[in-house]
Parts: sequence; C-alpha cells; structure tokens
Amino acid sequence: MDTLLAANSLAEFLQTQTIPICGCPIDATTAMVLAAIMHVALVGAWFGLPAGLFIWAERKISGRIQDRLGPTRTGGRFGWLQSLADGAKLIQKEDLVPADADGLMFRLAPYIVVVASFAAYMVLPFSDGWSALGLDVGLFLTFAILSLEVLGVILAGYSSGSKWALFGAIRESAQMVSYEIPMAICALCPIITAGTLNLTEVGQLQSGGFWNWNILHPFNFFAFFVYFTCATASCKRAPFDLAEAESELVAGFLTEYSGMRWSFFFLAEYASMFLVSGLATVLFLGGWDDGFGILSVVKANAGSFVGNALGLVIFMKKASLLVCVQIWVRWTLPRLRIDQVMTTCLKYLIPISCVLFAGTVAYPLILVKVSGNTSILGGPSGDRVVQPHQPMSQADTVPNKPTQMTAATAERSGR
Amino acid sequence: MSVETMLFWLFAILTCGGAVSVAVSQNVVRMAFSLVLCLGSTAVMFLLLGADFVGATQLMVYVGGTVVLLVFGVMLTATGPFTKIKSSGADAILSGLIGVIFLFIISTTVTAVDWGDISQKVAIGTHQKTAARGFNPEQQGNTTRPLGLSFLSVRADRDLNLSRNVPSVEKPVEDAPKLSSGYLLPFEIVSIHLLVVLVGASYLARAKRRVATNQ
Repeated sequence: MDTLLAANSLAEFLQTQTIPICGCPIDATTAMVLAAIMHVALVGAWFGLPAGLFIWAERKISGRIQDRLGPTRTGGRFGWLQSLADGAKLIQKEDLVPADADGLMFRLAPYIVVVASFAAYMVLPFSDGWSALGLDVGLFLTFAILSLEVLGVILAGYSSGSKWALFGAIRESAQMVSYEIPMAICALCPIITAGTLNLTEVGQLQSGGFWNWNILHPFNFFAFFVYFTCATASCKRAPFDLAEAESELVAGFLTEYSGMRWSFFFLAEYASMFLVSGLATVLFLGGWDDGFGILSVVKANAGSFVGNALGLVIFMKKASLLVCVQIWVRWTLPRLRIDQVMTTCLKYLIPISCVLFAGTVAYPLILVKVSGNTSILGGPSGDRVVQPHQPMSQADTVPNKPTQMTAATAERSGR
Repeated sequence: MSVETMLFWLFAILTCGGAVSVAVSQNVVRMAFSLVLCLGSTAVMFLLLGADFVGATQLMVYVGGTVVLLVFGVMLTATGPFTKIKSSGADAILSGLIGVIFLFIISTTVTAVDWGDISQKVAIGTHQKTAARGFNPEQQGNTTRPLGLSFLSVRADRDLNLSRNVPSVEKPVEDAPKLSSGYLLPFEIVSIHLLVVLVGASYLARAKRRVATNQ
C-alpha cells in the first residue's frame, strides 16, 4: 500500500509488483498497458455512471418542478433504477436504418459523438493530479475534442436520407459552432488569470480558500455566467434545444434514429453536460478545493491519497450541482426561437466575452500600476506546486522539492 | 516492439488508409469521413510523439474546423450529379503517376536525412520535463510554453553554444547559454499574410452593386 501511495503513476506502481500466480515481475510495457486499461475503465465508468444518474435526476427534478412525482416504483423507492429500465427497453428496440440512408455513415455517427465527448474526459482533473493526462495543453485539447461532436451531428443528419433530419442537423451545428466561440473565449479568462493551460495547475492555483477561486475575480465572475450559458447551448440543452425540440419538432437530426443508437446521442449529451460542468468547476469554482482549508488539513494528517479522494468527492459535488442547475434551467425557461438563439450568441455573448477577455488581461496590469501587486489580497493566490517527474528509485534518495514553474527555472534546472 | 511503436504503426496505417480512401472513394460524404479519419490519426501520431500542442491544433483546426466547413460545403452543393464523383481511366492514370512521383520525391528526401543525429541534438536541447504529475509523464510532451516563448523570440530550449559543444555528464558546458532568436519575424509575416487573405476574401465576397448606366 505504501508503494501505491508513493508512486507517481499507476504504471510506476505496477512495475514494483509481481504477477500473483507465476511470481514474475511486471516489465515497463506490461505495466503501461495495464495502467492504461485501468485508466480507460475508470474514465469509462465516470462517463457512463453520471449519465445514468443524471437521466434519473432529470426525471425526478422535472417531475417536482411540474408538481408531479416523477418515477416512484422502479427499483423499490424513488425510482432510482429508472435509467437502467430505460436502457433495457432501448436495447430491445429494433435497430432501424432507413432505406434512403447511407447505412455505414448512419451507423457510425452516434459513435463519433460518443467518442468525442468520452475522449474529452482524458484531460479533466478529478482531483489534485488525478487526470488521465496531465497535459500542458489540457484545455486546448478539450476544446479541440469537443469540436468534433459537431461532425457526428452533421453526419447523423446528412446520412439519414431525410430532409427533416438534414435541416435539424444544419440548425444544430450552426448553433454548436457559433456558441463554441464565446465559450472558448470565456474559458480563456481564468486561463489568463492562472497563466497556464494545464487544468491541474489551474485547480492548484485556486487552492487554500474560497477567496482564491477564480469566480471571485471581477471579470471571471461574469465570464463564468457567459461560459455556463454557452456550455448549456453547446450541450444542446433547453432553452437552446430548438433544433431537436422533442415535443414540437419530432427530434431534429435524431428523427430517423431509434433504440440504442438514439440513446447513444443522449448518453453523449449527459456526459458532455457533466464535462462542461466539470470544466467550469476547475476553471471558476476552485476545482477540488473545499473553500475553507479543510482539504489541506486532511492532506497533512491523513496523507495525500485520502486528501485527493476527498477532493474527488468535492469536485463531483460541485460539478453535479452545476448539472442540476442545467436541469433546473431546462424545465423552467421557455425555448428560444432560432433567430433569438443566434442573436443571443452573435450580438450579445461574443461582444460580452471579448470585453471580459480584454478586462481579464488588463486587470492585473492596472492593479500593478495602482497598488504594486497583481491581486487585491496581496501575494499570488493559491500555490502552484509543480513537481518534476522522478522515478521511484530516485524518490527515496532525492527529496521531492517543489519548484516554481517558470521558463527561466525550467531552463536552469534542465542544465 | 514497444506499445508506443505498435500504436504509432496502427495510426500510421489508419492515416494512410484514410488518405487512400479519400482518393478512391466516389461518394463525397464518405470522402469527408475518410478525411476525418486521416487527419485525426495524424493528430494522434503527433500526440504519441510528444508534440501535444501540434496534435491538439491539428484536431482543432483541421478536423474540428476545416472538415466541418467541408462537410457544410458538401451538404449545400451535393445535389444529384455531384454526390458521386467518377473519374475516367485517363484521369486515374495521370493522377496515379503524379502521386507516385510525389511519393518518390518525399521518400528520397526523408531517407536522405540522418534522423538519429538530429533526434540526439533535439534531445540535448530540450531535456526538461517539469510538468504537473499525471499518468505516464514521460510521454506528455508539454510543448506549449517553449512554443509560446519561441514565437515571442525567446527560445529557452535552444542554446546555440550547445551544437558546437555537446555536453555530457562528466563535462557539462561551462559557457553562458547563447539563446537563439526564435520565430517572431516569421510569425508576424504569417499574421500579415492572413490579414491579406482576409481582406481579399471580404473583397471577393462583397455585395456587388450594379452601377446605374444611362441607357
């Protein structure tokens, strides 16, 4: 157990272990493959489980908002097995492909959407350092992968061989593509404040207390709300779901889909709802930080693993809360018209986000001129602890010194 | 053969297969999808080689941007005769010939370079790995900061004195580092080029008003 806690990564831990039956050691390649499988399984579980949970939550919350009960009987009480029952029903449905459809493309399109929203989970840090890839380009890669989702929507609409689905796809993709712009600009605001694209580092910088969270930065505060609006729109959620408005317009680009392929689109929708909420949590709401310094006390007393596990719980709570807000908004606000959707984005959200971006850039510069410091509270917010990777063999002898990450120190330490 | 090499070969085959099927396929939508496969696999290859910024940019610009634009173009223009593209035999022979010549040029150019020597020099110049921890940190590239600095004309990773004086553990370089000047000028030239392209595009796409003539 101690070696598990000391290892920098799963692969490194596995290399110190032996295979139980034959007793032979695990070499680096096998360890890497095993660790990769574990990571994929973990991220896959986070991809699948919240989707099921949030579909149930959506039914319950929408029921309560409309003065109904929602599901009550499935699974004993509260209808908590409703998502599973839905899934069982959808699997049994016939897998239809229309005669006019391009069969291969029609079957592929749901997978493109699912893979796009699943792959973006790679770089999302669930707790301090708990991300499958701690990339320097974390946020950039997330947005790059999320932009692939549009492709699945267009292909789904086009390959259906139906004009209705094609119209739905064009409207949907126009909405998704245009809302990506203010969303990305607003996500850049906390990045400017943090000075790094690495999502783990952005989270670390907001540790220590809620006064360090980016949302209390004057410009990031507004950026958060613009980001959240755009994220709701890019997830195709109401009040922006007019392209697939189920009750009025059949289902937009989903018209020809049925059964499991149809439900893949919804699985991806709920997964990306959680993903954008998780991104909002890391960028604006302090990530895995509890806000009152409890986490650092836990880390000091019970070890970093327990602390990180607690951080995971905090992160999930924050992100789930944001998903619940999305559900709440969906069942409260009426749907916009397509021209109103485009006006909101192009005439309001893009200029607002540009102003916020410029403000975020100018804010620390003005503060430096006025008070000689880059923040009101004095001292940089949070602590950015970047630990260079050390193999376990050296970790015993060399103390693991945290280094301030600047290009200059990186240059010096490399020599 | 390590896992990375196997994955690299897998995605290299996917890239080439995608490229070939773009050329061979006759359905415009399938071509667009093959292009996605080809460009996406290229991005994965960049990521496998530790060039994470280039890989992400490849995904963002080509797969998420250009191909989406292309598919939009296909959707708006593909009616009746244009959805299927059929080339004649002479076309196929001519384009195949050009392709073979191009392949020959590229392969001779690539094999003429001593890659072992170059990768050694690159490894000496860029041997800092100070990233936040995560899964398999050795493979994570972390090229954003050096790339950004080099576009601002500071190449922190490249010491011009190093190429003359290859350091080793027992004999480190004593000279002060002499930083190379980076890519500010090419970067600015590209920006101006893009500006010219934008101005030209808006000129071409302007609303053409008819001049009233006295007839």
